[in-house]
Amino acid sequence: MAEKDPDQGKRRFLVAATSVAGGVATGAVGVPFVASMLPSERAKAAGAPVEADISALAPGEMMRVEWRGKPVWIVRRTRDMLESVKTVVDKVADPRSERKPGELTPPYARNEYRSIKPEYLIVVGICTHLGCSPVDKFRSQPESFDPDWKGGFYCPCHGSLFDLAGRVYKNKPAPDNLVVPPHKYLSDTRIVIGDDTKGA
Amino acid sequence: MAATEKQPVTGAGPFNGILTWVDRRFPLIQLWREHLSEYYAPKNFNFWYYFGSLAIVVLAIQIVTGIFLVMHYKPDAAQAFASVEYIMRDVPGGWIIRYLHSTGASAFFIVVYLHMFRGLLYGSYRQPRELIWIFGMVIYLCLMAEAFFGYLLPWGQMSYWGAQVIVNLFDAVPLIGPDLALWIRGDYVVSDATLNRFFSFHVIAIPLVLLGLVAAHIMALHEVGSNNPDGIEIKKHKDPQTGHPRDGIPFHPYYTVKDTLGVAVFLIVFAVIMFFMPEFGGYFLEYNNFIPADPLKTPSHIAPVWYFTPYYSILRATTEDFMWVLAAAAIALAALIVLSVKSARGKIGTAAGTAVLLAGFSTLDPKVWGVVLMGVAVLIFFFLPWLDRSPVKSIRYRGNLYKSALAVFVIAFVVLGYFGTQPVTTAGTVVSQIFTLVYFAFFALMPWYSRMDKTRPEPDRVTG
Repeated sequence: MAEKDPDQGKRRFLVAATSVAGGVATGAVGVPFVASMLPSERAKAAGAPVEADISALAPGEMMRVEWRGKPVWIVRRTRDMLESVKTVVDKVADPRSERKPGELTPPYARNEYRSIKPEYLIVVGICTHLGCSPVDKFRSQPESFDPDWKGGFYCPCHGSLFDLAGRVYKNKPAPDNLVVPPHKYLSDTRIVIGDDTKGA
Repeated sequence: MAATEKQPVTGAGPFNGILTWVDRRFPLIQLWREHLSEYYAPKNFNFWYYFGSLAIVVLAIQIVTGIFLVMHYKPDAAQAFASVEYIMRDVPGGWIIRYLHSTGASAFFIVVYLHMFRGLLYGSYRQPRELIWIFGMVIYLCLMAEAFFGYLLPWGQMSYWGAQVIVNLFDAVPLIGPDLALWIRGDYVVSDATLNRFFSFHVIAIPLVLLGLVAAHIMALHEVGSNNPDGIEIKKHKDPQTGHPRDGIPFHPYYTVKDTLGVAVFLIVFAVIMFFMPEFGGYFLEYNNFIPADPLKTPSHIAPVWYFTPYYSILRATTEDFMWVLAAAAIALAALIVLSVKSARGKIGTAAGTAVLLAGFSTLDPKVWGVVLMGVAVLIFFFLPWLDRSPVKSIRYRGNLYKSALAVFVIAFVVLGYFGTQPVTTAGTVVSQIFTLVYFAFFALMPWYSRMDKTRPEPDRVTG
């Protein structure tokens, strides 16, 4: 070892340059691996709108349709059920659907009943907390989770409650109302979910 | 040339020749001595010291049974559930291999929880064993990941909805959350893509990391030497002639024999559970998981497997009202820190940190904080070596303060675990909230109560 190595600076530069070049290359090689875990083109293409025939749905009943792998609920509300939507206004967190309006509630459903026709409630049946599918508890009767229950949905995972307009109760784990999917009526008995463009 | 200086192997009878040949080319005898025949462990190990070796036994069970399960299992959303039933009904010996694996998963957590509790009893995480504890905690995190990924594979209702809930936890991360959850799932919902990648993580990625960590855990342990029920260092008193600790005995044959007894008893209990109650009343295998996954319908009662339920309770306990309690607790803790630290920078830092936290409490949803609390509940164990300020390590010489704190903590852990398996009720939520506070208080207040505690003097040499 010489007491002064004239190449020391050059060496340090080469080590740094090699490390930087190697680091950049490693990072670049990581890109396809990270990207490979994103939804594939096939998964992206699977989100086509679905049609539902609601002619057989009796008042007070609910049907489920699968859209983009998620359950969509169609509830035909009775007069009593619609009345309950009015009476629980003080108990729900966002009665007028004002939070994240673009994501949760399309403009045509931003009303008292969160629907195009008051009779039919159409929501994605996935709790906005952690994605469980709540259970329908339509009967207005005392329940273990709420002695003053007016009917709605109960999430078995973490106890969130939703009223019969899919509005979340206050002080529950779920932060938001159930999502109203884009939808439109093709006729009085046929609904298309996942598409709300006008015409045709 | 090191090889030529080595002594030939003796004492292995007809194998002396071959072992000498190997030892000239590989540090065989050196490894044997360092980790077994000349690893001096304290002579006073008790019942609580069985669980480290038992964890290795369970790991071996899981790896061997896992290898054979993969021969028949199909990681495909359309076939997964049926392939597990095929293993149970049609594959010769399949049912026993599957039950070994599913019972092994719960056994792993029982053993690891008892192993961790041993650390809490005898201060095994204290200086100089912080890194052993940290490696161990990372192993625990890997085990949780392993259990979670593995639980999706049978593609039953609980598999599906459990994965849905846990992946959605990441959705709560501000800004990047939804994209992150999408990236983890590889689809807009838990689907075939999710099943395939979880299979990959479960059978190769996590086990590889786990094996490396186990090696690191044991290497770090053998570097500093084992703690013992008295929490004193046996290396302080070495025999001047041999250089070995006077209170130490070679791991082999003394502890290999002791641990063999432990393994025998463990396997008896394990076999009884595996043969006679493999579902363990719905705690080891949940009844709803015998129903194929249905993306349109969540089971009416959903709970994770028992080993996750304490954390799950903490997640559920975080409601809007509880945020006020948390805010009050944060302010109280901050006041305590400000009064205790001497440096002005520490005081200002604490005040600023608390202000940021309170601002976060009021702006982000309780959902986010539920996830944060759940994460902190696990990660806070990492800080134990620095939270504990007691002059003694072992519970034998600690005062009533720490003993009570530990007892209350264990009660909180069990109660939270119990409520995590139960449906939500108003009373259950309040109890969970109280014990969530107790859980965190055990760690958050430890720097104070562990120092205030009236300890007894440690002995110079290990006792019985």
